[in-house]
Amino acid sequence: MRSNFVFSEIWVGLRRNLTMTVALIVVVAISLSLLGTGLLFVKQVDSTRTYWQSKVEISVYLCTADSANPNCHGAITTAQQQQIQSTLTSMPQVQDVSYVSQAQAYQLFKQDFANDQSYVSTVKETDMPPSFEVKLRNPEADYNIVSSAVTGAPGVDSVIDEMTILDKFYRLLDGARNAVMIVALILVVAAILLVANTIRLSAFNRRRETGIMRLVGASNFYIQLPFLLEGVIAGLLGWALAAALLIGVKSLLLNNLQQYFSYNVGLSATDLVEVILLAMFVGVLLCGVTSFVTLRRYLRV
Amino acid sequence: MAGVPLRRDPSDGSVINFDNVTKIYPNQNRAALENVDLAVNKGEFVFLVGPSGSGKSTFLRLILKEERPTEGRIHVAGKDLARLTNWKVPHLRRRIGCVFQDFRLLPNKNVYQNVAFALEVIGKPRRFIRRVVPEVIDLVGLEGKHERMPDELSGGEQQRVAVARAFVNRPMILLADEPTGNIDPATSIGIMKVLDRINRTGTTVVMATHDAAIVDSMRKRVIELEYGKVVRDQVRGVYGQAY
Repeated sequence: MRSNFVFSEIWVGLRRNLTMTVALIVVVAISLSLLGTGLLFVKQVDSTRTYWQSKVEISVYLCTADSANPNCHGAITTAQQQQIQSTLTSMPQVQDVSYVSQAQAYQLFKQDFANDQSYVSTVKETDMPPSFEVKLRNPEADYNIVSSAVTGAPGVDSVIDEMTILDKFYRLLDGARNAVMIVALILVVAAILLVANTIRLSAFNRRRETGIMRLVGASNFYIQLPFLLEGVIAGLLGWALAAALLIGVKSLLLNNLQQYFSYNVGLSATDLVEVILLAMFVGVLLCGVTSFVTLRRYLRV
Repeated sequence: MAGVPLRRDPSDGSVINFDNVTKIYPNQNRAALENVDLAVNKGEFVFLVGPSGSGKSTFLRLILKEERPTEGRIHVAGKDLARLTNWKVPHLRRRIGCVFQDFRLLPNKNVYQNVAFALEVIGKPRRFIRRVVPEVIDLVGLEGKHERMPDELSGGEQQRVAVARAFVNRPMILLADEPTGNIDPATSIGIMKVLDRINRTGTTVVMATHDAAIVDSMRKRVIELEYGKVVRDQVRGVYGQAY
């Protein structure tokens, strides 16, 4: 089998259908990029999830003199405070309980809003509610149990559980990821149809050559090979483009997320390589299988 | 021609053997070929004559295994075509050269490339091609025209290129389906001389034709088909019925 001949036939084929080949490369590139982005997303979310697991707490806000909650009858008493503390520490799901006094709360507040002096000036120390910060052993599973144990207890104003907030955040991320994956899937279908059409057009354009090849006794494999490789090469070019785009996504978008976290949640180079290799596998498989199936239908051998 | 080995076949020496073959195309009432029973021996030159629709093209297509017979057995080069698997068919076709009425040349390739194509697609090395192709282009009488494109050639010259392509792999059998159909009578004689030359090297030639003058002038075996049946099989025959 002469590789020179095969390569020259492939080159001729790609050039004759130049517009369709370019369209094919672009669609493959976009669909693989979206697929890859979706996967990068998933990996990124998983890595931040691990970070948050260790930080999530339940905040049990205690009644102050000005609390609006009807459950509060004036500021919390020492007895009530001790009661709540013992309830919490006795629960097996609770890892740690720490008390934040009004003074401490006010200090933290002034730090957080250091850039907004106008807001800080309107709030006084007595406006800040004291709280218990509760750390759970297994935040995702047990928050419901613990928060319901203290909600409504005497002296408790409100129970804010960070897990619910995070939950909403994660649901948002998951939703975004699903949207990206759906669009990627649609594009993959489009890519498959485009490969099929391109190969079909190619086979039609070269029917004179393939007819003579058949008559002269070229083996079926030899006749089909240039078309198959055409599809695979276009797919590989599309993948190369997608790989470049994915590297761009990682370095521009995802690395910027790092500034919001004090702990390294960035994706490693290995993660990126994994995603890129997976994309290549999918891309080549897609193009190769589609080319093969289309040839069986449209190329008479 | 020096150094060209003649292929020898086992079995009874016939290269083409039709054993009571019938071919009915789907959706048709009349058989294209009916109870055709004949043998063509090595080195013979056979004319296949008959009106349009008499089954000449079907006969040739059956030899190439482009079609399968509805009934009967066909042996080519000693091999039973019915038993030939699909992936062995290309090997069969390498031993058969084909020439058609419409030449079927590749318009974007010159004479040399058109002939070389037949060898390239079966994987012959470039050195072999460079040696063999010029020989066969000279054989058909186109010396010096290697670089010409098909649209720069006359009909007769294009057909010569087709014959060169059909013969370049030294096939056992050369099939020709109305090769002089698109060519004027004077030029046709040239083509027939080439085919005769090829036949003398030991290649079996089967030629379907309407051209009465050529058949009469060459006095080779004539098989006449009418409505799919063999009505005459004459050695040293003429086109019409013998007077």
